[in-house]
Amino acid sequence: MAQTKNSELLLNPLNLNNPITVQVLGICSALAVTVKLEPAIVMAISVTVVTALANLIISLIRNTIPSRIRIIVQLMVVSFLVILVDQVLKAFMYELDMALSVYIGLIITNCIVMGRLEAFALGNKPFPALLDGIGNGLGYGVILVIVAFVRELFGTGQLFGFQIIPEGCYNMGYENCGFMLNPPMALILIGVVIWIQRAKMKELQEK
Amino acid sequence: MEALNLFIKSIFIDNMIFASFLGMCSYLAVSKTVKTSVGLGLAVVFVLLVTVPVNYLLENYILKADALIEGVNLSFLSFVLFIAVIAAIVQLVEMIVEKFAPALYGQLGIFLPLIAVNCAIMGASLFMQQRSFDVAAGSIGGGLGYAIVYALGSGIGWFLAIVLMAAIREKISYSNVPAPLKGVGIAFIVCGLMAMAFMSFMGIKL
Repeated sequence: MAQTKNSELLLNPLNLNNPITVQVLGICSALAVTVKLEPAIVMAISVTVVTALANLIISLIRNTIPSRIRIIVQLMVVSFLVILVDQVLKAFMYELDMALSVYIGLIITNCIVMGRLEAFALGNKPFPALLDGIGNGLGYGVILVIVAFVRELFGTGQLFGFQIIPEGCYNMGYENCGFMLNPPMALILIGVVIWIQRAKMKELQEK
Repeated sequence: MEALNLFIKSIFIDNMIFASFLGMCSYLAVSKTVKTSVGLGLAVVFVLLVTVPVNYLLENYILKADALIEGVNLSFLSFVLFIAVIAAIVQLVEMIVEKFAPALYGQLGIFLPLIAVNCAIMGASLFMQQRSFDVAAGSIGGGLGYAIVYALGSGIGWFLAIVLMAAIREKISYSNVPAPLKGVGIAFIVCGLMAMAFMSFMGIKL
């Protein structure tokens, strides 16, 4: 692990070791906040910030945490970071915070954050840990953006609230696929993303 | 029959997995066999039954605006306090189960401590905080009763979802799934189809 180059730490989680499609972590929020593109991007940024900073902090104090209480210490660090993020969102983007509702709070139990803390931050130096946190956050963000893009575009014909599909299409009989806004489509879309990724990268296929 | 309405609603309509996606990670990881799923499902029901009412009391008597001292709103601390309560209770449950039911403890293995970071537990407490079951006149035990009904319903909904998924995945292992979809891919698609089926419960009124 110590020989992993810093660029690999940043780039691997984007495709080869993607937290959602390969490590299968952080699914809960990935499905729930992807109804529109804007909350998805805000969520992705929040998770990236929390994962990166939590990785950094835990890595800095990793030699002083007694092994028996490490889960509690990790939870405390992550909770405080999430409280900070939540207060910032409440202050500057109140409607978005209401739309994201409990899922900001659920970043605490987001498996990506806890997973990276356990798997990487506890055994590596602060700077690689920071890069690993940023990389995993970005990998998570990529999937969120893809799913939210498809769902908002085909579900409402808009992106970021701007009408993308022109009036002419509606006049010719095109209808918005309203079902895209419902939970089942999020699950099926992620299944399809996994399908496409594994079809292209045979080494990820399960036997 | 508000309580019964809430109970049925939290099992089928607001199902923790299919409507709110809470607890998906352990759901996908554990649902490979029915036996482990039953064990984890029961553990989740039990932990929910204990943590949601405790957090409800915490929320209403300490954290809410003007709850503890006039003019003091401590709800920004709710994340830390909820997760601390959950971690402590899971630790307690682990110790009790180990002492009084060692066979069950051996069966559950690693899953019991893992429940502390299961989004379903934290999510149930956060949803409970959002909905703030007001102390309704004439209801069983007031808001606390509703919190208990909500916890039981949510837990049973999660249990139902994971056992159904495990049963389907056990059968799928004998089918001809395309190679890129094997394992986690087909699990997502099956989950999506089940979520569609559960949507048919919307609009039930008792």
